[in-house]
Amino acid sequence: MGRMIIIGAGLAGLSASVTLAEQGFSCDLISLQNSERAQSVLAEGGINAALNTMGEQDQVQNHYEDTLRGGVYLADPNAVRNLTSHAPEIVRWLENLGVPFNMTDQDIMLRNFGGQKKKRTAYAQSSTGKIIMTAVIDEARKHEVSGKIRRYSHHELICLLIRDHICMGARIRDLYTGEIRDFFGIVLLCSGGMNGIFPGMTTGTTQNTGDVTAIAFRQGVELGNLEMLQYHPTTIGIYGKRCLVTEAARGEGGRLYIMKNQKKWYFMEEKYPELKNLMPRDVVSREMYMIRRECGGSVYLDMTGLSQETWQKKLSDLRQEIIYYLALDPASAPLPVKEGIHYFMGGIAVDEKHQTNIKNLYAAGECACQYHGANRLGGNSLLGALYGGRKAAEIILQNPEDISEKDVSGMISDFRPASPELIQKIGEILVSGLGIIRNAGDLEKALHQLESLKGSNFREENRIYLAKAMLLSALERKESRGAHYREDYPEKKEAFRKTTIAEFAQEIKITFREIPERRAEL
Amino acid sequence: MNLKLQILRRESPDASPHWESYEYQAQNENASVASVLHDLNQKLDDPVRWECSCMQKKCGACAMVINHRPRLACDARLKEFNGEIKIEPLRKFPVIADLIVDRSILFENLKIMRIWFAEEAKTYGSEIAYQASRCLQCGCCLEICPNFYAGGTFFGMASMTLTARILTAVPEKQKQEICKAYRDHIYEGCGKSLACREICPAGIEIEHLLVNSNAVAIWKRKKHEI
Repeated sequence: MGRMIIIGAGLAGLSASVTLAEQGFSCDLISLQNSERAQSVLAEGGINAALNTMGEQDQVQNHYEDTLRGGVYLADPNAVRNLTSHAPEIVRWLENLGVPFNMTDQDIMLRNFGGQKKKRTAYAQSSTGKIIMTAVIDEARKHEVSGKIRRYSHHELICLLIRDHICMGARIRDLYTGEIRDFFGIVLLCSGGMNGIFPGMTTGTTQNTGDVTAIAFRQGVELGNLEMLQYHPTTIGIYGKRCLVTEAARGEGGRLYIMKNQKKWYFMEEKYPELKNLMPRDVVSREMYMIRRECGGSVYLDMTGLSQETWQKKLSDLRQEIIYYLALDPASAPLPVKEGIHYFMGGIAVDEKHQTNIKNLYAAGECACQYHGANRLGGNSLLGALYGGRKAAEIILQNPEDISEKDVSGMISDFRPASPELIQKIGEILVSGLGIIRNAGDLEKALHQLESLKGSNFREENRIYLAKAMLLSALERKESRGAHYREDYPEKKEAFRKTTIAEFAQEIKITFREIPERRAEL
Repeated sequence: MNLKLQILRRESPDASPHWESYEYQAQNENASVASVLHDLNQKLDDPVRWECSCMQKKCGACAMVINHRPRLACDARLKEFNGEIKIEPLRKFPVIADLIVDRSILFENLKIMRIWFAEEAKTYGSEIAYQASRCLQCGCCLEICPNFYAGGTFFGMASMTLTARILTAVPEKQKQEICKAYRDHIYEGCGKSLACREICPAGIEIEHLLVNSNAVAIWKRKKHEI
């Protein structure tokens, strides 16, 4: 077995490396910072699995259907089937790693989450990502000591070593010493979402720069559904970023309203009597945007009706956070909330085996376009990272490749960062075209503005190409589906029930790819 | 508001450190030192090197010494200061450049302690396991601790927290080993100054975890109190 190189040490990268180690194989785990700093620690509300511990007759089939419906049928049904059917065992695995999930008297407690009729979201108060990460990092440590996981923290990707559509490894730079090294082997990208393309405008970290995705795109890796950005309905503005208010706030009884004719209008409850405030995120965000346009003023999240017990045992961290940032106690006063960019359903295009279009190159976690279609359900991101990392590792073990040192002459060595001004400019242009409501005019205008930008190094050029690909993907999808709402094409069209594929070969090409048919059960 | 920033800068591990001063016009007193550093760097030809990730007190990346107190830059708001802010790297760890320090000793110590579950273990929603899991591994508690130094046998509270999680459900076959590690690297080195009590940016009740972990690992009480 040759070398395996994992780029990114968040939940997907950890899951992959632990899976490899459990099977007796070693890997290099490369990341900008330690796992404790990864964006996975920011996940709050929970992880979905049809554990059926709440007496609601929940089944994997329900989770499967909700995930596909929530993604407006743009996800690969076979991949979603795999994800949802393995979810219960993944949560039990976490439980056995000592994750202190909130419990009923006998078993793991589940809470309501958006787009799902049954309680299906396991959680640890409102810091589920952090609490899971601690347990999985501990588990990875066991394999670090045995030598199976070789950590390279404070290391960055300069470029992938790709020739003739085959990946041979990755060129890596030590951020502390400046040393550059080529690692030869199979590469799994677990580098997270493209938050840094929208600087300061997302709920993510500053370390998810989007550079890895941009590098991969420039080097011929296909990207999928780039137009599918998730705006989370409930975020608050803090200095330098958007701060997430977990969907669990609504799962535990929080209500959205706006003032209309001097009265509180609980618009979600009136418009969607079944799921009310817990409609999928794309729907809630769009409604909030429209309602604000109609009524003016802010949308409020009212959690004043939550019990003391709920605050203490289920949402204590959230309450502290809101008090800290807004000097407002959500237990006694409603808080103004606004939609904010939170998740990238699109990214590196992979099949259900997490293979990219480049041989020996895989992707998992938020950087990959998989499982979530046109809109991700809350509680499915931690699951997608854990399952995706594991699945990719299993497939790599089935397709071993011993890649020895190769000729890498002519490969990129330019690691100069993009300038802050350019990053900011691109972000502003993109968001002007890729808001919650889109149209051809705004998208074309944004594209036109991008045309005037010139990159002065590899990363700057990559960023501009990636930004263009995002806008072109949104322009070409002439329908409305999930997170992508076109006011000039407000209907969903069956002809567009396909994956948008962006490809770079001298220039950017956008095509649409059929979504695989659901296979019969084995 | 007008800010006068002093930052202890150093080009490389071998270079000698020097103070540099910056004037900064802040828009709002609720802004954090992290957001100031971020903004300031947009304007500098020679940006200050520092580590940062979540910008909301959840990842521990931006730990540094601000006006003589170790803390997260994203947790230090301008209104706390009198317009004068002095920023230094953590002093207990080797400096890489400017405000970046190499905290790898933190993670090496956890390996020496062998902090993981040796076999399947359920914590059954333990409040102690929950609180312990919130530890950011930022290093602020080690910076303030009079007994901790990098390379010493006392590993400090950053190792205690994670051990506390294991001790809530430690499997029998691992118990002796982890209790010994706890005695050698935490219990015996802790001078009970409790300087760390008020410093944790995550607000973990260190003393509560310590008392409970001592009870289980040293005094052999059977179970953690929840």
